[in-house]
Amino acid sequence: MQPKTGERPSLWPGLLGIAGVAVYLIVFLMIESQVGVAVLLVGGAAAVVLAARFGALERMRTSFAGREGSMDIAVPAAVLALVLVFHQDHFTLLLVATVMIFMTASLGLTVQFGFAGVLNFAGAAFLGIGCYTAAVLTKNTGLSHLLVILAGGVMAALIGGLLLYPVLRTRGHYSAVITIAFTLLFKTFLEVNDALGGPQGLRVDGLNLFGWAFNDNIALTETVELSFYTNYVLASLVLVCLGFAFLRRLDRSWIGLNMDAVRLDETASACFGYNISRWQITAFTVGNFLIGMAGALYAMMLGFIAPTNFTFGDSLILVSIVLLGGIGNPWGIAVATTIVIVLPEKLQMIQEYRFLLYAAMVILILLFRPRGLLPRPLRAYFPGWQPK
Amino acid sequence: MAAQVSAVPEPVLATRELGKRFGGVVALEALTLAVAPNEILGLIGPNGSGKTTFFNVVTGIYPADGGAVTFDGRDITRLAPQGVYRAGIARTFQRSRLSLPLSIFDNIMVGNHKRLTQGLWFNLFRRRAFRREFEESYARARELVAVFDPPLADRMFEAVEGLPMIDRRRIEICRALISRPKLLLLDEPSAGMTHDETTQLMDDILQVKDSLADLTIIIIEHEMGVIERITDRCAVLNFGRKICEGSYQEVAADPLVQEAYLGLE
Repeated sequence: MQPKTGERPSLWPGLLGIAGVAVYLIVFLMIESQVGVAVLLVGGAAAVVLAARFGALERMRTSFAGREGSMDIAVPAAVLALVLVFHQDHFTLLLVATVMIFMTASLGLTVQFGFAGVLNFAGAAFLGIGCYTAAVLTKNTGLSHLLVILAGGVMAALIGGLLLYPVLRTRGHYSAVITIAFTLLFKTFLEVNDALGGPQGLRVDGLNLFGWAFNDNIALTETVELSFYTNYVLASLVLVCLGFAFLRRLDRSWIGLNMDAVRLDETASACFGYNISRWQITAFTVGNFLIGMAGALYAMMLGFIAPTNFTFGDSLILVSIVLLGGIGNPWGIAVATTIVIVLPEKLQMIQEYRFLLYAAMVILILLFRPRGLLPRPLRAYFPGWQPK
Repeated sequence: MAAQVSAVPEPVLATRELGKRFGGVVALEALTLAVAPNEILGLIGPNGSGKTTFFNVVTGIYPADGGAVTFDGRDITRLAPQGVYRAGIARTFQRSRLSLPLSIFDNIMVGNHKRLTQGLWFNLFRRRAFRREFEESYARARELVAVFDPPLADRMFEAVEGLPMIDRRRIEICRALISRPKLLLLDEPSAGMTHDETTQLMDDILQVKDSLADLTIIIIEHEMGVIERITDRCAVLNFGRKICEGSYQEVAADPLVQEAYLGLE
């Protein structure tokens, strides 16, 4: 081992930050009154502004960057703590699992849009492909559910392959329009397809891994019973952690660099030997794979899916998560997904105005913080690595 | 017009009757040029005379309308930019085309593309081997940057965004040189820099050329002082045609060149 050069940043700002956010979220999820929610929101915003002003956010950032291994344990631990607090609350646990599933899907979108610059406004459609794959496979085959989740990803990646040709032959707005058209087409296809349940949708079996039925409550003792959604929270936590680890590896390799180079300057990268479509295809396929896996798990958790779950509006939610969080930064995705999914659920009064809220948030972010809430840091291939 | 027999033996790069037109505009007209190994050739001419178009046609960004380009004894006329780079030609751009949000190291590694292992499996799962490749690449990039500017070599993981123009030019040249090309095309490296900075950069270029064996350079430049100082030979273009070729003194004395630059009454 070589001696440490310089001091490692302290663990505490990061841990305190995680604890603070966890406590805040627990209170936020518990509170019922609309006034209380509004007060908490204002309080939370004020706390963030103050923390930024007094440099606490900056200290947290260095802590997160420098003590990555510890943070990687602390954040899932905080999620588990949340689960313990709400262990009997079906609604809240469903919400937590939904957040993590959308996080996984947004990570997929990040590879496409954030890394390689391939616009994809069909996120909901690929999520839907994962869902319907799970529905059909659980109903008609005895395939292990672990494989069903993988199959959801594979199907999304394969069908994404059909879109590749038109998407790669066009640029910018035009390829965006193609993906929009695909979302609309996908929903209509589901609605007229009786084999897939038509507009009424399909029932999906619950997840069952090696005899562990996810749709049964977990009886810990005679009196203490965990909501069956705990199972799904754990499954989605595992999925999102895998997605996170994958995204990081990708980002910290030559592939991540290739995707950046292709996104930032096609002409220059062509002059340095880049096969531009190769990296765009890789990003699109890998991204859809992640989105599809998230979809398969989502379907098994919901137990019922219908075409109305996969509209253009839902695709926009995924895109706004990526924009809001900080294009290309997985931690940003985590924060943004939580905001975008949890906020409308708790603020009942804005349910109807959900999209208004998202649109306003995206506009504000693009105006005042174009790199997102948590901008993507420079690439460190091996964090903590010091040149000799 | 018959191709002129060049006086240079076995040129690194040779173009024969190279032509390129954009609609009615003739950007290159029957350009025949030969570049000898290890020389620095200055490519000069007024604005719009086809210098950058020449680079773009050689590097395959624009397909040639006629004629041929031979590099290292091989016909590269129809190659895409990727193939031209793999053959051993690297370039810089008139308007800096670095990726601003990326670090200095990342930008230089973009130029190192053909020497890096690109497999998905290698990059994601063989982290030990990847680390070795990363460390080797870092050492090489650092060494190259240090030839230009030692302090800059200690800042390899800073974003390019915050750097002054001269450092950006240096990094752009490092990006082109890291893959050890045989031919380097410099498109107006002094653009946007002060006189002193230009002098400094030219010193750097001469120094790096001395430290690398087997490197030929074609440089597009407007500043005559620069041309006089660093080039072995010059070719002058006007309206897409070569109007003169020779040493700086010969070229500067040529009446056609004076006419192209100063105009005639």
